[in-house]
Amino acid sequence: MRADRTPRTLALILVAILAVGPIAPQWTLFLLTVALAKGLVVLGLMMLLRCGLVSFGQALYYCLGAYAAGMLGRLYEVSGVFTLMLTGMAASAVVAFVLGFLLARYRSIFFGLLSLAISMILYGLLVKTEALGSSDGFNVLPSTLFGWRPADAWVRYSVLAVAAGVAFIAALAVHRYLGTPLGRLAPAIKDNEIRVEYMGASARRAIHVKYVIAAALAGLGGALAATTVGHIDPEMAYWTTSGEFIFITILAGTGSVIAPFLGALIFGIIQTVAFDISPNTWQMVLGASLLAVIVFLPQGLWSLFKRRKAA
Amino acid sequence: MAAILDAQGLNKSFGAVTAASDINAAIARDSVVGLIGTNGAGKTTFINMITGYLKPDTGRIYYEGRDITQLEPREVTRIGICRSFQIPQLYASLTAYENMMIGIGVVLRNAGRGGFFSRGRPSVPGYDQPAEEVAERLLERFGLAEYRDKNAQVLPGGIRKLLDIALTMVARPKILLLDEPTSGVSAEEKFDIMQMIMKAVRAEGITVLFVEHDMEVVSRFAERVLAFYDGRIIADAPPGEALNDPEVKRYVVGGELHRMDEEKARPRA
Repeated sequence: MRADRTPRTLALILVAILAVGPIAPQWTLFLLTVALAKGLVVLGLMMLLRCGLVSFGQALYYCLGAYAAGMLGRLYEVSGVFTLMLTGMAASAVVAFVLGFLLARYRSIFFGLLSLAISMILYGLLVKTEALGSSDGFNVLPSTLFGWRPADAWVRYSVLAVAAGVAFIAALAVHRYLGTPLGRLAPAIKDNEIRVEYMGASARRAIHVKYVIAAALAGLGGALAATTVGHIDPEMAYWTTSGEFIFITILAGTGSVIAPFLGALIFGIIQTVAFDISPNTWQMVLGASLLAVIVFLPQGLWSLFKRRKAA
Repeated sequence: MAAILDAQGLNKSFGAVTAASDINAAIARDSVVGLIGTNGAGKTTFINMITGYLKPDTGRIYYEGRDITQLEPREVTRIGICRSFQIPQLYASLTAYENMMIGIGVVLRNAGRGGFFSRGRPSVPGYDQPAEEVAERLLERFGLAEYRDKNAQVLPGGIRKLLDIALTMVARPKILLLDEPTSGVSAEEKFDIMQMIMKAVRAEGITVLFVEHDMEVVSRFAERVLAFYDGRIIADAPPGEALNDPEVKRYVVGGELHRMDEEKARPRA
């Protein structure tokens, strides 16, 4: 049996981030932290995609997590970064648990469009809610680490270190979950739900569980993004944000729990460079990149690593 | 001998079409029962009602004395009634081995083993071996070892049938319902495949109900025959007796011969 190298690789990446962080330029720390936040959302999308489900509305939970964290600071002046992230995660998971009873009944385009519709309802509500800053959103309190706030020069590194630690734990947990019988059901659900039922498992229940986990990860990513950027607005629930997450999922591939973070980082780099080179047509560069990946690497960027292993 | 399965007064209609009409059948434990009848006679409807896919309009189904009429397919599977399909239901993008591992995973999960916090390699209930070993053992038993790493979608028809049946065995069923296990298989392979299935299944003491159109296969492997016609059971007897029943000869065996003649007469591409 081949040894599972994913935990070790994840640990190496974590150590590398922590070691290189202090000497890396500040803008790269921000880029990497946002990539980790988005990677968490994509990690959840990857789990759903393995079941053959594409959620066009994952921004719902990203935004919910961000607003839950932001509201906690705004209403109760809570600034502890772990409390904010746990709140964001819990808020999204609870909403997904309720909505999951409806969504787990649907497949293919119906699942995708229903999830999109629900995310747009949240967007509409937030835009019209003056108490939450309407379309402008509001600023999030600077976060602290158990009451301690690092010196300004170290803030970005500290946030990155927390983000990397959280992403490491989340990726490890998802990897572990995907190895359990329930986690391994994903490709079976995608292939043949009838057989899954006749083997003695409930495909709908398995999808519901994965949907809640994916939402919790998106909520965690949203809370992390809120504390990193320091501002939240309804755009976080807009369909283009969901589209961005799907873009990263396709770019990354579903081969490993590391892929979503790699995809999010590459997406961030392409976006930054494209915007720098061509501020008015940067979306064209992104579109061309996705096209190239679909044509040449239909299994996503991660398939490059799999090919190398197979060679 | 005590009945392990008892269907009492099952009726099922789809609009004006009667698919099952007053079906009564008590199946003895450790027996092999052949279900015969022309297409649309009610055999698969009977299987679908037992396995929970269809709920009868009236009537009850008892398994080991327990009313299972309203159970869902997954619940029926969990209590020990498994089925294979006329068109094999496999996980097409996965290999034969991975197909087995998915099935074994479900068995482990239903037994509360192999969860997020469990350590080591849990043993599969009924086999007392780790999942990987059970998968290999079942593939071996059904003659599928050489197809272990091949994707299910590229396997030949007969092999897909065997894999479909091997998948049902991971749950260690007490009753196995085989829907046309030899359909789509060449005449030469039919007996070999049935022989292999029966050897693998009967070694476990499993009660078998199988739907079959080939009367030679039925005569050879069934201990008892239920002949269906127009949603009714028109004969319930050992093969020698059932296949010589005038009604069966007229509506089932004759019907089959007529169907086979039609197939032979059909121009081939």
